[in-house]
Amino acid sequence: MKQAISINVNEVDHRDEVEPRLLLVHYLRDLLGLTGTHVGCETSICGACTILVDGQAVKSCTMFAVQADGANITTIEGLATNGNLHPMQEGFWEKHGLQCGYCTPGMIIAATQLIDRNPNPSRDEIRHGLEGNLCRCTGYQHIVEAVEYAAKKKADL
Amino acid sequence: MISAPFDYVRANTLDEALALLAQNEDAKILAGGHSLIPAMKLRLAMPPLLVDIGRIKDLSYIREDHGQIQIGAMTTHYQIESSDLLKKICPLLPECAGHIGDVQVRNKGTIGGSVAHSDPSGDWPAAIIALNAELVAVSKNGERLVKADDFFVDLMTTALEAGEILREIRINKSNDRTGQAYAKMHHPASGFAVVGVAANLTLDRNGGCEKASIGITGVSSKAYRALAVESALTGSALDEQKIANAAAHAADGVDINGDLFASEDYRRHLAQVFTKRAIAAATERAG
Ligand SMILES: Cc1cc2nc3c(=O)[nH]c(=O)nc-3n(C[C@H](O)[C@H](O)[C@H](O)COP(=O)(O)OP(=O)(O)OC[C@H]3O[C@@H](n4cnc5c(N)ncnc54)[C@H](O)[C@@H]3O)c2cc1C
Ligand code: FES
Ligand code: FES
Repeated sequence: MKQAISINVNEVDHRDEVEPRLLLVHYLRDLLGLTGTHVGCETSICGACTILVDGQAVKSCTMFAVQADGANITTIEGLATNGNLHPMQEGFWEKHGLQCGYCTPGMIIAATQLIDRNPNPSRDEIRHGLEGNLCRCTGYQHIVEAVEYAAKKKADL
Repeated sequence: MISAPFDYVRANTLDEALALLAQNEDAKILAGGHSLIPAMKLRLAMPPLLVDIGRIKDLSYIREDHGQIQIGAMTTHYQIESSDLLKKICPLLPECAGHIGDVQVRNKGTIGGSVAHSDPSGDWPAAIIALNAELVAVSKNGERLVKADDFFVDLMTTALEAGEILREIRINKSNDRTGQAYAKMHHPASGFAVVGVAANLTLDRNGGCEKASIGITGVSSKAYRALAVESALTGSALDEQKIANAAAHAADGVDINGDLFASEDYRRHLAQVFTKRAIAAATERAG
């Protein structure tokens, strides 16, 4: 039976009726049209579907939309403010933290939480903190540099 | 990767969840969902009803009460990993938590869900056994306490009965001559434990080993207590030789799992190596 949910996504309230088995990632992509959140593996491994649920990085392929009823969600579409890139987005831009871009939305979201929890991470801590996100292109080095850039930029703001 | 259809109810209180379980024999509790949802997507699990306990407030806490550590079942791996209190009074728990999955998994997965799920490669069961924890199971008929040694029954099978919810995990605080450590061989793809060993040692005033408690996961169909290792450790000072001799018993009398990644012999060997490492690290921390 369908259930009513109300979810705030990127500071916009949404009300919908959904089947309980609808995954959160499909709700975001198919019902709300927010296709920035990617589906890579669908098996909780790759991290491409990572979003923030009440400030915490979560793999949205491993959560039902009904579980997020009442939650505040941030996806990649919600990071920039007034047309200005979030420091993490800017870091990926400046340091070439992406190639094909498939992993990038999830990577940026996970990295955003990382510097929220640890504002001045070492390279080791960055690599460890992004272990839930796979990238098949970059070899990670530029991603680590992008996160360092963002951490510094955020500290300077 | 779409689950079979099911009904979903979010319980606001423990009583509400227990009543729903009592009325619906095949209902399943949904905690962090990070074992159950993957299983449902593969249709290995097709519960007709999910009872979500994720928003029940008084199931998520870490506290100390009269020398006892109490952890609510819905406490996430991340909350345990980052708990300053636990780092001080029971460092095995945050250390073990940090070995689970990745950051996103630790944000959602709960200690109660892990323990109730009893995955043969799950990390928590080893620590729960090594810490001699007690588990509080609650049902419509009241509460009962289950000792760690009686809790893990078999592959994904625990002493929890139909209609019961794991509410709390209790651990007695140890004294300052105690050392704890978790040593794990991560499966390179899944991150789960090929072998995970939790060691919890207490030395006497002369530096001899007064108590040793060793829990091992990943090796068999369920986590177990390495009794032969414990008795080989107890009673004298722990030097390298003594530790190695004791660790050689890590898989004694155990029905060892073999799979594509690790044969029985290799797992036995890993169990011994990681037991040695866990004990050596715990001994150092106890001193
Ligand atoms: C990518 C990935 C990697 C992982 N890596 C690891 C790892 O390295 N090590 C590891 O140990 N685990 C790992 N896990 C599993 C993870 O730790 C799970 O979170 C955990 O095993 C289950 O906890 P949960 O809260 O998610 O439970 P759920 O998935 O919600 O529930 C699991 C089972 O327990 C039952 N249940 C849950 N809570 C209770 C309760 N309070 N009382 C009674 N029954 C209950 C449910 O009905 C269900 O049958 C991984 C998971 C993923 C997706
Ligand atoms: S699509 Fe969710 S982790 Fe890969
Ligand atoms: S940029 Fe292609 S997967 Fe990361």
